[in-house]
This record gives sequence, C-alpha cells and structure tokens, in this order.
Amino acid sequence: MRPFDYQRPESAEAARAAAASEGASFIAGGTNLIDLMKLEVMAPERVVDISRLGLDGIEAQDGGMRIGATVTNSDLAADMTVRRRYPVLSRALLAGASGQLRNKATTGGNLLQRTRCPYFYDTDAACNKRAPGSGCAALGGEMRNHAVLGISEHCVALHPSDMAVAMRVLDARVEVAAADGAVRDLALDDFYRLPGDTPHLETTLDPGDLITAVRLPAPLGDRQVYRKVRDRASYAFALVSVAAVLRMEGGRIAEAALAFGGLGSRPWRDPEVERLLAGEAPSEALFDKAGEVLLRDATPHEGTEFKLPLAKRALKAVLTEAAQ
Amino acid sequence: MNVTITVNGQRHALDLDPRVTLLDALRDHIGLTGSKKGCDHGQCGACTVLVEGRRINACLSLAVMHDGEAVTTVEGLAEGGPSPLQQAFVDHDGMQCGYCTPGQICSATAMLDELRAGWPSHVSADLEGAVELSHDELSERMSGNLCRCSCYPGINAAITEVNQRTGDEKEAAQ
Repeated sequence: MRPFDYQRPESAEAARAAAASEGASFIAGGTNLIDLMKLEVMAPERVVDISRLGLDGIEAQDGGMRIGATVTNSDLAADMTVRRRYPVLSRALLAGASGQLRNKATTGGNLLQRTRCPYFYDTDAACNKRAPGSGCAALGGEMRNHAVLGISEHCVALHPSDMAVAMRVLDARVEVAAADGAVRDLALDDFYRLPGDTPHLETTLDPGDLITAVRLPAPLGDRQVYRKVRDRASYAFALVSVAAVLRMEGGRIAEAALAFGGLGSRPWRDPEVERLLAGEAPSEALFDKAGEVLLRDATPHEGTEFKLPLAKRALKAVLTEAAQ
Repeated sequence: MNVTITVNGQRHALDLDPRVTLLDALRDHIGLTGSKKGCDHGQCGACTVLVEGRRINACLSLAVMHDGEAVTTVEGLAEGGPSPLQQAFVDHDGMQCGYCTPGQICSATAMLDELRAGWPSHVSADLEGAVELSHDELSERMSGNLCRCSCYPGINAAITEVNQRTGDEKEAAQ
C-alpha cells in the first residue's frame, strides 16, 4: 500500500474541504477502498474518514425515507421500515457480500463501489478505467462478469452492486453536499455516467463532493421482488439480477418499475420496458416481449452472450412472481 | 499516529502508520495472533473479529479508524474458560488444520446475536418473521467464512448445538 495522509475531521464541512484537492478520497466502511489500496489499483494521497460524522441516521421524510450515507448495509437491510415498505431493498442488500462485509459497507460507499473486472484489478493489464488511455484488456481477453448494456469500445466493466439496483428501481435520489456547502439532489440517472471514452469518470461527483444521504420516495407498489442469479449460492457477484416493483390494479399491471444488475455499466433501468408493461394483463408473451425490448441494444462479447437468454428468463420469472 | 484500542478488555496505546490494518495491529503490534491472515482481501473470513460486538473482516479495516473502540478476538472469547462455541467446535471436530477456526468462532458468535436480534437473511422466506437456524440459514449466514479443509459438517453441528442450547436455556428461564 502506498503511504497516505489520514484525517478524521470533526465536521462534514471540514471533511469536504479536506477532500477537495486532487488525490483525496473519503473513507467510510473501507471494504472496497482498502482492498484496492492494497493492490495499488487506487492510491489516494489523502484519506478522509467520514465514519464518525453522524451521517448514520434513518428517518421518515415526505412519505418516504432518508437514509444517511454511512448507514451500514446490515442496519439498512434490518431496518423494520425498509423490510415492510421497501422489501426489494432489504432483499438486494441481503443478496450482496457477507455478514462481515455488510457490517462495514455503507449506503454511500456501496453506490460508489468499483467494478470487479479482473483487468481493472490487475495493475499489469491495460485498463482505461484505472489508467486512462492504456486500452482495455478485457476486449479480446477473458470475459464473464462484464456488461452487455451501456458499454463502449473503451470499457466493458460492470457495475457490481446489488443495493444500487434496488435503489434504482425505487427512484432513489442521492443527496450531495459540495465543498462550498451547496446541496444538490441527483437521480441515479444523473449520478452515474456511461463509460463512453472516459470510463475512469464513473459519477458526476466533483472532488470534495460528499454524499450525505440517499432519499427514497414512497414506493410505487407493494409487489416487490429481487432475484439474483450467480455462480454460487452465496457471497458472489450477480451474473444477472432483476429488481421489480409493480402496482397491480384489477389483475392488470398498472405501473411497473424494473432495474437490472449484472448487465449494465451502471445499475440499469429502461423506461421502454416499463411503458410496454403498463396497463397490460400479465402473460408469458408480454414478459417475453419485455426481455426482447430490454436487450434490443445489447452488445454481448464472447463470454457474455449467455447473459442474454439468462436475463430474459430471469426477467420473466420475476415478473411472473411479482404479478401473481 | 497515536491510537488507543481496547482489545479483550485491555487498553492498548499504539503509534501506528495509517496503513496498518486492524488485523496487523492485533497480530504484529499487540501480539494477539489468534486472528488469522488468510486471503487479506475479505474473501475468506479467517480474520473475523468483533468490533463493538459486530463481526467484521479485520483485514479490510484500518487500525486508526478504530481509535477508542472495543475489539474482541478469539482470545477474548476464551477468558475464564472456553466459550460455548469454542467447546462445541472441539466436541464436534469442527476443524482439521484449524487455520479458519478463530474466524469461524468469532463470526458464529456474532451471527447468533444477529439471529436473536431478528435479522433476516437472503434465504429467509419472510423478512419479518422469526428465523429458525435451518441448514440453509446457517450456510447463508456463515458464507463469509471459508474452510479449505471443508469441515463444514462439524462446524455446522457445533453452531447448531450452541444455538439449540441457548434456545433451550431461554425457554427454561421463562
């Protein structure tokens, strides 16, 4: 691990100021950052500890809830309001990582976790995300845990989070305080960038921008399902995951929200698929069509083609369960 | 940096480089070598310790971040004789080489507390209901601890016995 300067400021304001310079990084749970620092994939010069700033509250707000940035994944999954009103979020959290990691990993940190592309982790390999302009060793290399949606010729990396998929389906907004104190509120669509030719830029955050909370509106519906398909039964990243929230009315799907993991360069959501389902009676043909629409622009490579039929079947199974 | 960490009830004032992980602080600076370094990347669970009662991977945490906190290691569970889980691992042969055992025991200790607190898991049918520690529940809740000797039958038997015994004692007390 490269040497760094560790600071634990007393206030959020001081933390933002301390992290406003290039080469600084916030740390909360540290489960991803410390791992990457050991491998020297990340080498911040300054590490600013935000774990004791009191950003760990969960409260009701505007018919929904506000989740502090340093609420741990364990606490959020076990929160009784989340279990009752947002079960898709509890389920997604519990499908991720291990008991030990969920006790440290935080809400804000989970949103910001880095890809598990093996070439991003291998400092001897070309990787435009780790070393901009160096190329992409995954293209033409071994692919499996890579994305098929929202990728570019410069990067095929997958966003690995389960939690963020649930946040996406629940229309979460990220509350961000800038170094100068200005607070803004970002939909995840505006929070995550697509890789394009700058895959090293994963979010729209600037240096010193501190995630202070994630806000959830009242849930769209009470039919909520999270299903994760992976290489082993526990403690593995998703090959494909589907989060669904449906509002049913008289046997029809009145409204649908769907988000996907294991497929996209960012937690994936596609309004076209949701529009297709709205107002329709559940049927196999409809759910098959939803899968076709979801993957209409998918660009699989050798090693990731299997994700297309897998995603279609997972989506169909989830919709069938949620619409029952 | 100056850091004070209470380990197994004893205060330790240390002067540490910020790069030192909690695991290295415990093993190399405090001399408690019960906690083991397996993968050093949070994948195997051999380094599991309790911080303020919760299980974490000590290898993925900086010691300086635990200034003022209380840590319990496998040595701390044994104070005044083996803990029920430690004894059960011996009785059920829950180990072969033993390298993962301290992590398994610390993890299981906290896992049973999580169960009593009503935390659901990925395999729980109901997010709100009471949870029985079935084989599937146990495997899911302990999936952060690997045993390369694959002594899972003994490990599972030990944890199941302690969980049942704790439940019986609770029933008898009521």
